[in-house]
Amino acid sequence: MPLELQKVTKRVGAETYIHDTSLVLEEGSFNILLGSTLAGKTTLMQLMAGIQAPTSGRIVFNGKDVTGVPVQKRNVSMVYQQFINYPNFTVYENIASPLRVAGEAEENIDRKVRKSAELLRLTPMLTRRPGELSGGQQQRTAIARAIIKDSDLILLDEPLANLDYKLREEMRDELPRLFMDRKRIVVYATTEPAEALLFGGQTATLFQGRVTQFGPTSHIYRYPCDLTSAQVFSDPPLNTAEIEKRGQRIVLTESIEWPAGKGAEKLADGRYMIGIRPHHITPEAQENGAATISGRVLVTEISGSESVIHFDMKGQTWVSQSHGVHPFDIGSLAKLYVDIDRAFFFDSSLRFVGGGG
Amino acid sequence: MNKTFNHKGWLFVLPVVVLVAFNAIIPLMTVVNFSVQESFGDNVFFWSGMQWFEQVLHSDRFHAALLRQLLFTAIVLAIEVPLGLAIALAMPRRGPWVSVCLVLMALPLLIPWNVVGAMWNIFALPDLGLLGRLINGIGFHYNYTRQPLGAWFTVVLMDVWHWTSLVALLCYAGLVAIPDAYYQAAKIDGARPWAVFRYIQLPKLKHVLTIAILLRFMDSFMIYTEVVVLTGGGPGNATTFLSIDLVKMALGQFDLGPAAAMSIVYFLIILFLSWLFYTLMMQKEET
Amino acid sequence: MAKILVDNVRHSYFAEPKGEEDWALKKITLECEDGGAYALLGPSGCGKTTLLNLISGLLRPTEGRIYFDGKDATEASPEQRNIAQVFQFPVIYDTMTIYDNLAFPLRNRRLGEAEVDQRVREIARMLELDTILKRRASGLTADGKQKISLGRGLVRTDVNVIMFDEPLTVIDPHLKWQLRSKLKELHHRIRRTMIYVTHDQTEALTFADQVVVMKDGEIVQIGTPIELFERPRHTFVGHFIGSPGMNLLPCEIKSATAYVAGKAVKTLKSRRESGDHLELGVRPEFVSFAEEGIPVDVTKVADAGRFRIVETRYNGNAIKLLVAEGRDIPSGKAHVSFDPEHTQIYQNGWMIE
Repeated sequence: MPLELQKVTKRVGAETYIHDTSLVLEEGSFNILLGSTLAGKTTLMQLMAGIQAPTSGRIVFNGKDVTGVPVQKRNVSMVYQQFINYPNFTVYENIASPLRVAGEAEENIDRKVRKSAELLRLTPMLTRRPGELSGGQQQRTAIARAIIKDSDLILLDEPLANLDYKLREEMRDELPRLFMDRKRIVVYATTEPAEALLFGGQTATLFQGRVTQFGPTSHIYRYPCDLTSAQVFSDPPLNTAEIEKRGQRIVLTESIEWPAGKGAEKLADGRYMIGIRPHHITPEAQENGAATISGRVLVTEISGSESVIHFDMKGQTWVSQSHGVHPFDIGSLAKLYVDIDRAFFFDSSLRFVGGGG
Repeated sequence: MNKTFNHKGWLFVLPVVVLVAFNAIIPLMTVVNFSVQESFGDNVFFWSGMQWFEQVLHSDRFHAALLRQLLFTAIVLAIEVPLGLAIALAMPRRGPWVSVCLVLMALPLLIPWNVVGAMWNIFALPDLGLLGRLINGIGFHYNYTRQPLGAWFTVVLMDVWHWTSLVALLCYAGLVAIPDAYYQAAKIDGARPWAVFRYIQLPKLKHVLTIAILLRFMDSFMIYTEVVVLTGGGPGNATTFLSIDLVKMALGQFDLGPAAAMSIVYFLIILFLSWLFYTLMMQKEET
Repeated sequence: MAKILVDNVRHSYFAEPKGEEDWALKKITLECEDGGAYALLGPSGCGKTTLLNLISGLLRPTEGRIYFDGKDATEASPEQRNIAQVFQFPVIYDTMTIYDNLAFPLRNRRLGEAEVDQRVREIARMLELDTILKRRASGLTADGKQKISLGRGLVRTDVNVIMFDEPLTVIDPHLKWQLRSKLKELHHRIRRTMIYVTHDQTEALTFADQVVVMKDGEIVQIGTPIELFERPRHTFVGHFIGSPGMNLLPCEIKSATAYVAGKAVKTLKSRRESGDHLELGVRPEFVSFAEEGIPVDVTKVADAGRFRIVETRYNGNAIKLLVAEGRDIPSGKAHVSFDPEHTQIYQNGWMIE
């Protein structure tokens, strides 16, 4: 039962929230919408669910045109960033509510509620009210209520954003397990590239209302189709610079020259934009150790296991991220190695032409 | 956001619409009807166009009533708004006294308006009422049944007593909504209480104050019951405000035409001033 | 600038606390050196915000004393303690311009206009707000507003300590790192004591010289980010810090060697004692695939970009390890070994030295 968006747009007044978008979400797939806060993730999800109707274009579910169909008639569940539960119902009643609305038999309801609660480790809390639960427990209740419905489409809008860091990690491990054995389509919105990577599945990168790329997560992380997609999928941000390729060398400036590396070997000579992920610039020599860069250190951030060095690259700030503790003094000159084989190369219209992997 | 349309909603609203139509729209239409016709009795009416309107708008009596009304509203607003705000600032935001204060504040609002008038009528009697005796005892010569000034004083005092609580409760609700972090930050910045009021509380109360002022404006402009029970509009014409004058004309003299015209004019004045005030307050918000 | 001492402080929000659960802070003693950057790190409800508010003077402790530079400041108000605080939600004076916002604390202290102007411009430049000083503060984005909040604390020369209560909560994720490194840069430049409360370990570890890890109203460990990472003294620290957290495996000790489900494992120090509730802790960063060692089944591989998180199972226990980008990962059955330098034994949660 795939969900198809065909040339869907959303305009409100003079503003275009979603530009011409076509997507196919397969049944049983886990799809991630990745983008910054105002990129259009929520609007796109609301269009998929039927909460909003598109200005133009069609939405087709399982072969049937559902474009104007309001969400009450679609079989959809949604989980929000703010833990939304009925405050006066117990956890049991909260989870049971969609089934009660559908008019299911009591024994069925009881069985399904207990199964859902067990999956989300809520069994000891079934008689409590949401007000008495912690944030993580409230969100788990909301998720249980969403999955019990056996809906065709389940949408999660940054559901972990309001949880503690560590709790978020734990929930991230659990969530895919919940959706594994079902035929429904899962759509998950997030602003964090790391989260998208850890979930796997398929990812759509969104930027200013446009889906710039859609495909298997690992793949589009390593082979972005353009600079925008590469930047959306980077945290800390991608290091970029204009370069010129001359034969087997890449020239950044008069003083910085690198060997072309595997990614740029086959490119024609000329001007390109290079994009290097922070963890491909390190204080320790890489295998292909010939590409080096020196810069004045602006800030070093050292957590217990890794070092993030912000340094000056000809007026821009570039970032290096490496394993281990490398305490550079602020203002000192740092010599760093670049993994040039993995750099991205973009042509003058910022389309991906080589590198990556 | 586009909401999906559910036309069944109209069925739910139908009973209320019928009620409102019956109680408000039809009588309003009747008034409009009367305002453009003239009658000499026995249900014979003929068209008189704008004659009543001209008569009303040019009549000294109307001007006098309007002026009295504007003065009254201005005085009452000038006292009630700051006073209500001050009370709201003084009310505790947490703890056991909160409910006590809220109940005390609500009490004046719960009393039927004619009872309020009657209470003050007796309370301010120069020979029998507590207030009357007190003021006369201090040395002032005070008699609201004879003196225009005394009547005004009593009417204003009654209105302040009756309605300041509304302003206080609205402002209190607005104050309680301000997050603690603002007060903490102000404390840390070394701000004096006046600065806290001016830079944190007042800006955050803007919406609530707008509503409070708007409500008080409209209600005071339409005041009738309490004043009629207290002074009957007297002594003479001293406290005959617009609605009192209107009723005198319509029911006392059976001049339906001019009375209807005056109602329409009255209604339009309130509408216009409310719109003006609201737009001004909301406009400042945009900048 | 001041040295701060929190001496045996206990705090409860109840007027009459009855049991242990009624105490938000159970028993805290903490010393903050002048000019240091400290982070209070812990999950929701651990008491970190309570401790912050006690130090800043917004709360009075139920028991215990607080000293600023040796002087008892327990009864002093926040102004008297000369602190600045940046809250979770940007707190600015909407009706004022950015300039007036920054000038506000100085004007309240009756400084001359010339001096006010000089301080405001200096701080505005540091925070990159100097070009928009005449704009109304209400028009800024969340991170701009937080900068103003921070600026109001920095303009005052007499500030003893600057407190941060989860300041990056409302900031857009792609701007978070910018503000984070700005805070670090600022601390380096002005060297004032800064105390930062967060539940996010990246924020805490990258900002602070010393991190105070808290749980359930108690301090579990204080140390540098490196110490907390390499020598977590409690399983909670091992679990909470590090992404993913430390692997914990039940073990026993027989004749000075640790055994995990029958397999001998080399640890940091050879053990002589034995006991109950023993656990072996080793961080995924210090586990690697090897020719021989503990036999495991590889169950899951997650891509985290610069490395992969591999989940394996041994005898019902999960062991996670990190494999760098580009290296091969065996599938099915494999062996893992632990770095003995970073393998510790814990009893009842506490590390055995």
